[in-house]
Amino acid sequence: MLEVKNLNVSVDGNKILNGIDFTVKAGEVHAIMGPNGSGKSTFAQTLAGHSAYDVDEEKSSVSFLGQDLLEMPPEERARLGLFLAFQYPVEIPGISNSYFLKAAVNEIRTSRGLEELDAMDFADLLKEKMELINVDPSFADRFVNFGFSGGEKKRNEILQLAMMEPRLAILDETDSGLDIDALRIVSEGINKLRTENRAFIVVTHYQRLLDHIVPDFVHVLHKGRIVKSGGKELALELEEKGYDWLREEEPATA
Amino acid sequence: MVSPSEKLETAKYEGSRVEQSNQRAAEAADREYKHGWSTDIDSETIPVGLNEDVIRLISSKKEEPEWLLEWRLKAYAGWKRLNGEEPTWAKVNYTKPDFQAISYYSAPKEKKELKSLDEVDPEILATFEKLGIPLNEQKRLSGVAVDAVFDSVSVITTHKDILAKRGIIFCSMSEAIRDHPELVKKYMGSIVPQGDNFYAALNSAVFTDGSFVYIPKNTKCPMDLSTYFRINQENTGQFERTLIIADEGSQVNYLEGCTAPMRDENQLHAAVVEIVALKGATVRYSTVQNWYAGDADGKGGIYNFVTKRGRCDDNARISWTQVETGSAVTWKYPSCILKGDNSVGEFYSVALTNNHQQADTGTKMIHLGKNTKSTVISKTISAGKSDSSYRGLIQVMPKATNSRSYTQCDSLLIGNKCGAHTFPYINVRNHSSSVEHEASTSKISEDQLFYCQSRGICQEDAISLVVNGFCKEVFDHLPMEFAVEASNLLSLSLEGSVG
Repeated sequence: MLEVKNLNVSVDGNKILNGIDFTVKAGEVHAIMGPNGSGKSTFAQTLAGHSAYDVDEEKSSVSFLGQDLLEMPPEERARLGLFLAFQYPVEIPGISNSYFLKAAVNEIRTSRGLEELDAMDFADLLKEKMELINVDPSFADRFVNFGFSGGEKKRNEILQLAMMEPRLAILDETDSGLDIDALRIVSEGINKLRTENRAFIVVTHYQRLLDHIVPDFVHVLHKGRIVKSGGKELALELEEKGYDWLREEEPATA
Repeated sequence: MVSPSEKLETAKYEGSRVEQSNQRAAEAADREYKHGWSTDIDSETIPVGLNEDVIRLISSKKEEPEWLLEWRLKAYAGWKRLNGEEPTWAKVNYTKPDFQAISYYSAPKEKKELKSLDEVDPEILATFEKLGIPLNEQKRLSGVAVDAVFDSVSVITTHKDILAKRGIIFCSMSEAIRDHPELVKKYMGSIVPQGDNFYAALNSAVFTDGSFVYIPKNTKCPMDLSTYFRINQENTGQFERTLIIADEGSQVNYLEGCTAPMRDENQLHAAVVEIVALKGATVRYSTVQNWYAGDADGKGGIYNFVTKRGRCDDNARISWTQVETGSAVTWKYPSCILKGDNSVGEFYSVALTNNHQQADTGTKMIHLGKNTKSTVISKTISAGKSDSSYRGLIQVMPKATNSRSYTQCDSLLIGNKCGAHTFPYINVRNHSSSVEHEASTSKISEDQLFYCQSRGICQEDAISLVVNGFCKEVFDHLPMEFAVEASNLLSLSLEGSVG
């Protein structure tokens, strides 16, 4: 589904990602871990198409569902089925969540040759998804992320994920800023959205999220490279040892 | 690594994307100024130029009473004394109109009085139909009565009979002068005096038509009233006058829309609107202004120099809502004179400028009565190389004790070649009143756009989404259909604002 080859990315001339190779198949859950500044969020935002990240297009290639992802503006990536749950969801005052979601869902539907949902059908779908992932009905009428608490913002991202039904969902530090209860609720929501067709990339700093969302693969990112990959037990190992050992092993991997 | 089923799905996506991009291209072409066409119609247009004879000619063509001709001539004398000195305090820059190069009267040739819609020139009916304003009463515009003004004259007013049953008068200004002279004489010029300002004086001398509304005591107007202004003829100006009288305890909603063909020359629109809200009356006046704004290089477009003012007696309320997206230059300050105790004035405004458009707009709230209240919400959006200013006066007079005023001015900038300015004037002359003023300026953020894009919404739609959100407080005060139209207009006007 997703194939990343030798991804090289810089921001304002500073190299952040130094050749990432990474493959995701349908139904898989990949966790990307690593210390602060290792390039985790850059990786997530680059896949979604943020223009602040300069991809070295000569070296890098990213194919998603057989298409060249790097060629596409962000909205086309989304329409193709890529979703990014933001670490810092953005506020849009004056626009209700339901209006925003309706616009998004219908963009995606039209791009797939489906008819737009009318107001009634959309309301039904929204209600169903809100119940599924257990968010308060008031979310529909509130302005997009405006005045939301940190936890509410993250849950709103998961609601959007549920509505947009992507093929690949990238969760960028969805656990940051959540207390234990909120973390559990958000994780339950995500687990309900796991399907055979849908893959997840879970970017996180801490192992605790992975207690709830059990990954198939864990990758450790350090200085813009994947320095170690393994199964879910790798996350536990990291929890125990911290990230310091990376610095010791650094000369060997570099 | 791509499975066969994935390949199939991908192909499907790709096909529909091509379709969609075709559709988008078609939409984009469609998004130019939609109302830029003109109607080929046999018009009677008097030669350009302005002098006393021209005013006499207009007056005689309209078969006006003597008192009105004198009124006009007095206004003209006052205007002449100003010696061509237009107001210069607004933050706008434009080539002054040549007042001798304008024709002050242009009317579709149709001498006899129209008894019914069947007698209206089909070309004109088609024109309004094309603008989305069906005048045919069978296609009743969701319960809205319309006065259609084409160049200098009102061509038809719909639903008159239904309204007349309740004693409501809704007709063209010309008819009102003929049929209700006592009301016109009493109120015309009572709110905006002939010599009020340069353009009001000009309008008073040469106005040709407009709408007239009278709502009787304790009557709630059963439908929204609206006037649609269309400038068609070349080298003409439109100088209409609207007078709304809401008698004691009455209520009315009034809507105004305007468009003009795309022409390379600037055309002048100098209107006067007067509202009289007697004791306990409520008048809501909404405008969606979409005059031709000129092309992307700033060539052509309407000069929109308008004086709008209302007076509130005791316990009365006047609420102005305006969405200004068109015109090359806008100079407009719908105001309220809060004369009566406990009266309320409101001003809700969205002004959007793009390309080379300029707008200097705002309001004046003059508190004279006790316990008077005013609210001003202004949203200014500047894109392209445009320049937009809010200019507002809050004046609280010594006897206006315990009055309150709240102003909120927000500006949103799109790109880095545009400007937004706020010029608040506050003058409070007693100690028991309170005046609040809040202002903010922000730029549309990259993060907001990326967020929308990552949800499948393209950049242009994302901008219009954010702008619509920014304007919500004002749109909430518009009637439903107008709010939809306003929101669509914003998207159109923002076309090409991202580089």
